[in-house]
Amino acid sequence: MAGLKLTNVAKSYGDVSVLKDINLDIDAGELIVFVGPSGCGKSTLLRMIAGLEKITGGELQIDGQVVNDVPPAQRGIAMVFQSYALYPHMTVRDNMAFALKLAKMSKAEIDTAVNKAADILQLTPYLDRLPKALSGGQRQRVAIGRCIVRDPKVFLFDEPLSNLDAALRVATRLEIAQLKESMPDRTMIYVTHDQVEAMTLASRIVVLANKGISQVGTPLELYEKPQNEFVAQFIGSPAMNLFPGEIVETGEHTKVRLDGGHGIVQSAYPSKAGDMGARVNVGIRPEDLQLTDETVESYSGKVDVQENLGEVTLLFFVPDSEGMEPVIAKLPGIHRGLKGQTLNLAAAPEKVHVFLDGISLLYR
Amino acid sequence: MHPALQGLVTIIIGVGGCVGYFFFSNFVLDRFLLPARAYSAEEAAVRRRSGTIFVFALPALVILALYLLYFTRNDFGLAAVFWLLIVAALIFGLWRLKDFMYGTGAVSAGHNISHANMIRPWLFLLPAIVALGLYLTYPVFETLRLSMMQRVAGGYEWVGFDNYTQMFGEAKFWEAMRNNMFWLIVVPAMSTVFGLIVAQLTDRISWGNIAKMLIFMPMAISFVGASVIWKLVYDFRPADQDQIGILNALWVGVGGEPQLWLTLPFWNNFFLMAVLIWIQTGFAMVILSAALRGIPEETVEAAIVDGAGPFAIFFKIKVPQIMPTIVVVWTTITLVVLKVFDIVYAMTNGQWGTQVLANYMYDKLFRANDWGVGSASAMIIMLLVTPILVWNVRNARKEMK
Repeated sequence: MAGLKLTNVAKSYGDVSVLKDINLDIDAGELIVFVGPSGCGKSTLLRMIAGLEKITGGELQIDGQVVNDVPPAQRGIAMVFQSYALYPHMTVRDNMAFALKLAKMSKAEIDTAVNKAADILQLTPYLDRLPKALSGGQRQRVAIGRCIVRDPKVFLFDEPLSNLDAALRVATRLEIAQLKESMPDRTMIYVTHDQVEAMTLASRIVVLANKGISQVGTPLELYEKPQNEFVAQFIGSPAMNLFPGEIVETGEHTKVRLDGGHGIVQSAYPSKAGDMGARVNVGIRPEDLQLTDETVESYSGKVDVQENLGEVTLLFFVPDSEGMEPVIAKLPGIHRGLKGQTLNLAAAPEKVHVFLDGISLLYR
Repeated sequence: MHPALQGLVTIIIGVGGCVGYFFFSNFVLDRFLLPARAYSAEEAAVRRRSGTIFVFALPALVILALYLLYFTRNDFGLAAVFWLLIVAALIFGLWRLKDFMYGTGAVSAGHNISHANMIRPWLFLLPAIVALGLYLTYPVFETLRLSMMQRVAGGYEWVGFDNYTQMFGEAKFWEAMRNNMFWLIVVPAMSTVFGLIVAQLTDRISWGNIAKMLIFMPMAISFVGASVIWKLVYDFRPADQDQIGILNALWVGVGGEPQLWLTLPFWNNFFLMAVLIWIQTGFAMVILSAALRGIPEETVEAAIVDGAGPFAIFFKIKVPQIMPTIVVVWTTITLVVLKVFDIVYAMTNGQWGTQVLANYMYDKLFRANDWGVGSASAMIIMLLVTPILVWNVRNARKEMK
């Protein structure tokens, strides 16, 4: 139905530039998640799509039409706000019917739409209550219901789960996923700072940082082939380890000698002959590190702290210097008494990422 | 002594008295009555005995002595019975206070600290309670009594409801009632509506704060001062002279004959109301402006996304959300209106059909020296104010929650 196309979209407040050169194609029926650290402009971008913030540069198309100057109500979008933004003086029914009444729909049509939405969201028993008489999760559903009744082309979600407690967050996340499945032709854009939400919900994730898009891709693309150090460290928990080092062998495979005498690691990423001796950062996810007997082509380090979580064991290695992030390894199962030992760890070459000037060798 | 010096001395004595009262009352409470330490059963029993003397017996004797001193010199009538009840209540209260403070058996430090902290708020409230009782509560009952009395040579005589019957028979009273009703409907409505409009319109413009300040300024002018200003606005000069009143100047400017605005029957009421609306709009604006800013911005944005235009946002989203505040503002202005006196007194003195209840009361009480009817009209004003007052306080409390 309705795709979105952002061309060189930019936002600035006076001289202060917040977002620039945003280029993004969103196909109809996708569930796109914007993630990024706080202050990266992800909510601003969403509000620009909604029409609540003026677009100060570039072009936004919804369904093939440029909508830069189209008022929000005529863009065919509906939005769920972080604080739900329910009208406190209206009952649940009136909250959901408000937009339809403004659109001058007939009473019967409004009733049908509201009842249907209430049915989907299990809100029927609460239709005549005021928002203050509802729990957080119910309010959230009313906010979603307010969107559904309008049958928009694009749903916008602005951190909708951030006000819910942990258990409810998981449940509501599932509900949103099911809602998406029931409306395969509707496009959804979802803003969050929670990478678990991003990974579980998204058909594609847009990572925003430094006023622009860092990488766009499916959740697993982002996880397996991060384009740069920022994405590599932002996706995954605990964050990916970064080891500084220098390239000692180039070709189909690249070998990097880690600083601090921690050994040599092999990556499946190709490098050019000219890269010989270049300073790089090697990225290995904690869960990709495995214990090994290999002493040369491996990372060796002394265990500083050990955390036994049962299903996994987290090892924190002594950092080379004060203030450095410790290297973390996440070993499956229980390992006893590793604290203080010097261990050798290695990862499969295809799971060893090499970043030159912050950009992955795969993408240059 | 120079009056300025007298004033200064009064201030020093007053402020010093307040500080001294709070300091010494708390000192006595914490040092002698309820020190923050524990007492064994024997010590506590000794304290209880001395407490009975100092907290209960002595004050009770003083109160009783004062009562007897006064009423042995004066007639022992209905008033004496009334005061006897009060004295009895006070003495009973002292007895309970003593029990409350000293407890039974051994006393812990915690008991003393917590009881001292329960008494402390009352130490702070006591002067206010006494002053309010003296200047507000007592006059209510005295006025009620006076409204049933008639002054005769050398004193008063009980006449029951005669004052009320007489008042209800006067055309001027009903005129005042009618005018008060008009004031009651027009002024709060117009002030609130104007205040709301101004609050909304000045919210988003750069010079909004200057506009608000100008509109708020009349609040700082006394009613009499405002009346003088508006008397000039309504001023009249014969047709052959230049008009110095702006209303007549405009009126003549569009081709009308100069009018004595304040003597135009019926309409002159509205010219007087304009003064109070002018003053109260600023008040309504300030409160409603704060309320409008308290509306969550996201609800407004949600309404924009839902397709609401500026008017729908204002009337369907903003106004309903601040409705409790609007009600409080409305009722507060209603209370001001019911008591309106200065404006009428200074501008028409109730002539030409502009009488209101408060001015009527003043006429009876201080011009006609008819304390009975004057007090009766005061009671009527109080009766009219009370329900609105109660409602107002309730709404304000609900607001705070």
